[in-house]
Amino acid sequence: MRIGSPALALLVLALPFASFVLIALVRPLRRAGRAAGFVSIGCMAAALAASFAVWTRGMIVDGGHNPSRTWGWLPGDGGPMATVGVMVDGLSMMMLMLVTLVSLLVQLYSLDYLHDEPPPSLGRYYAYHSLFAFSMLGLVLSPGFLQMFMFWELVGLCSYLLIGFWYDKPSAARAAVKAFWITKLGDLGFVAGIVMLWVQTGTFDFFELFQMANSGAPAAAGFSVIMFLIYLGAVGKSAQFPLHVWLPDAMEGPTPVSALIHAATMVTAGVFMVTRAFPLFALVPDLLTLIAYVGAFTALLAATMACVESDIKRVLAYSTVSQLGFMMAAAGAGVPEASFRHLIAHGVFKALLFLGAGVVIHLVHTNDMWRMGGLFRRFPWVGAPFLIATLALAGVWPLPGFFTKEAILAGVLAEGLTVPFAMLALGAFLTAFYMARAVFLVFFGHPHAAAAHDDHGHPVPFLMDAVCRALAVLTVALGLSHALSAHHDAAPGWLPWFSLALAFGGIALAWAVYQRRAVDPARLSAALGPLDFMARRRYGLDALYAGVYRGLLLGFSRLVGWIDRYLVDGLLNVFSAWTLRAGDAARMVQTGQPQDYVYGVTVGVLVLMICAQWLWQ
Amino acid sequence: MPLRAYLLLAAVVFALGLYGVLTRRNGVGILLGIELMLNAVNINLVAFSRFHGDVAGMLFALFTIAITVAEVAVGLAIIIVIFRVRKTIEADHLDLLRG
Repeated sequence: MRIGSPALALLVLALPFASFVLIALVRPLRRAGRAAGFVSIGCMAAALAASFAVWTRGMIVDGGHNPSRTWGWLPGDGGPMATVGVMVDGLSMMMLMLVTLVSLLVQLYSLDYLHDEPPPSLGRYYAYHSLFAFSMLGLVLSPGFLQMFMFWELVGLCSYLLIGFWYDKPSAARAAVKAFWITKLGDLGFVAGIVMLWVQTGTFDFFELFQMANSGAPAAAGFSVIMFLIYLGAVGKSAQFPLHVWLPDAMEGPTPVSALIHAATMVTAGVFMVTRAFPLFALVPDLLTLIAYVGAFTALLAATMACVESDIKRVLAYSTVSQLGFMMAAAGAGVPEASFRHLIAHGVFKALLFLGAGVVIHLVHTNDMWRMGGLFRRFPWVGAPFLIATLALAGVWPLPGFFTKEAILAGVLAEGLTVPFAMLALGAFLTAFYMARAVFLVFFGHPHAAAAHDDHGHPVPFLMDAVCRALAVLTVALGLSHALSAHHDAAPGWLPWFSLALAFGGIALAWAVYQRRAVDPARLSAALGPLDFMARRRYGLDALYAGVYRGLLLGFSRLVGWIDRYLVDGLLNVFSAWTLRAGDAARMVQTGQPQDYVYGVTVGVLVLMICAQWLWQ
Repeated sequence: MPLRAYLLLAAVVFALGLYGVLTRRNGVGILLGIELMLNAVNINLVAFSRFHGDVAGMLFALFTIAITVAEVAVGLAIIIVIFRVRKTIEADHLDLLRG
C-alpha cells in the first residue's frame, strides 16, 4: 500500500484553514470580496499542489504498516483516550486530490458566477468555502472516528451555511435548515455508534480497529448494532433512502455550491466513511446486504424522480442521490474499491454537470428545462463539456462512468445480489434516459422563445468557460486512464455490453421521446400513470416528513402551550390573585383618619413598652 | 414633695392629652391635646433636672417650649389652610388618604 508524508498532508489541511482564518478575521479583506476570493483560490491552488506532492512522494510499504501519524489528545489512564492526527494512505490521498481540485475549480468558477454579489457577501462566501474545504480535508485525513466525527459535523455546518448563503430568500433558509436537520438525524446514530464502539473496543483509531477486525476480535454481541448506527450517519450524509430528501432542496444554494456539495464534499463523506471503515462493516454481512439493498433502492427511486423533474438542477440533484445509491450498493456488495472509484469519477463529471448547468442558467436566467432549447448551436463550447459529462454519467465507453458503473454492477452480481442488481441496472438505464432528456431539452430541439431573445451580447464569462473545459478534459483523461489500465474484475463477458446497451437504450429512448417526438411525453407518462404520479410527488416522502415534523412539532407545541397557559400561568395567576386579595384586606388598615393612625402609634408604643419590660426581667 | 408626685402629675397630664388627641374631632382640639402631652414631657424634664441637680433637663425643657411654639404656629396655619380649602376642620371628614 501507498502512504504519504504526514507533514505535507498537514500542509494541505493548514492552507484552507489559514485562508479561512485570514478572511474571517481580517475585516477589510472580507469586505473587499474579490480579494478574499483571490486569497482563498491561492491557498486552494497551493493545497492542490501539496496534495499532488503527497501523492507523488508517497512511499510503497507493506500492508502491516500504520499509515497514520497521531498525537495524543484526550489524556486517559494508560495512554491517551483519543488521538488526533493524519492518516495518509491511498484512499485519503486520492480524496485530497479530488477535494482540492474540485474546490479550486469551483472557487475559480464562483469568481465569475457570483460577479454581481456585493463584495462583503462574496467575502463571506469565500470564507465558508475555505472552511468547507478544510473540514472535508480534515475528514478524509482523520485517523480515527472521533476526529472524523468532528470534521463530519463541520462539513454539515458548512453545507448549511452555503445552502443558506442567500439567507434572505425564505426557500433557501428553509432548505438549509432541512439539510441540517435531516443530516443531524443520521448523525445521531453515528455519534451513538462511535461511542458504543469505543466502549466495546476502547479506541477510536482506525488502524487499531482494523487490526482487531483482522483478528476477529470485536465481533461480539451488539457489534452489528454499532455498525448499523454508524451506517446511519452515512445514510444522512450521503442522502440514502429514506434520508435523501434534503439533497434536492439543497439546490437553493448558489450553483457552484451545489457542484461542490455534490461532487467533492458533503455527500461523498458518507460513502468515504463506509469505504474507510469497510474492514469493520465487513464483519457484519447482514448489514452489508442491507446497505446494498438500500443503496440499490435509492439509486432506482432517485432515478425515477429525476425523470419527471423539470428543474435542471433538481434533475442533477436526484442524479447525485441515485449515483450515491450506486456507490453504497457497491460498498454493500463488498467492493468498496469500485465504490470509491465511482466516487472519484462521479466527483469530476458531476462537478462538470453542475457547473455546466450553472453556465446555462447564467445564459437563460431560468432553471426550467422546458423553457430552454437549441442552446448547442449557439454555445457549442458550453454544450460540449456538458455532453461529455452526460455521456460519462450515462456510462458510455470510454468515459469514466462506464468503467466504474460496470465494476459496481459486476461486484453486485458477483455477490449474488440479484434484486439489487436488477434495480441498479434499471437505475443505470433511467440515468442514461434522464440525462439524455436533459441534454435534448436544453441543448437541442427548438430554441424557446423565452430563452432566445435576451442572451445576445451575453458571452460566457471566461473563468466559467475555462473551468468547464478543464473538467471536461479531466473527465476524458480519467476515462482513458481507466480504459488503459483495464483491470477486469471477475465480471462476466456480457456485462460491459449489457451496461453499454443500458446506456444507449436510455439515450435512444430519450431521443425518441424528446428529440424526434416520436412518442409524446404526455402519453408516455400516462402509460406509466401511477408511477409518474408518485414520482412527481416525490413518492410522498417530503410530504410525509413535513407531516411528521409538523405533527410532532405542533403536538409538542400544543403540549408546551397547554403547560405554559394552565400550569405556569395558572400558578402565577393564583399567586397574583392571592396577593391582590391580601392587598385588598391590608388596605382596610389605611382609613385616612389621622386619629386611627395615632391609635396605632399609641398601641404600638404600649406593646413595645410591655415587651421591653418583659424582656428586661 | 417626692419625685413620684411630679411624675404622676406628668403621666396624668400626658394621658389627658393623649385622650384629647384620640377623641377630639376638631383639629384645634387635637392640637391642644398635643400641647398637653408636650407639657407633660416638660414637667418630667424639669422634675428630673431638679432632683438630679442637673440643669441640662431645664435647658431641654426650654428648647421644647420653643419648639412647641413653632409647632403650634405651623399646626394652626395648616388648619387654617385646610379650613379654607375643605371648609371644615373636622378630622372625620379629612380622609383623603384612605386606602
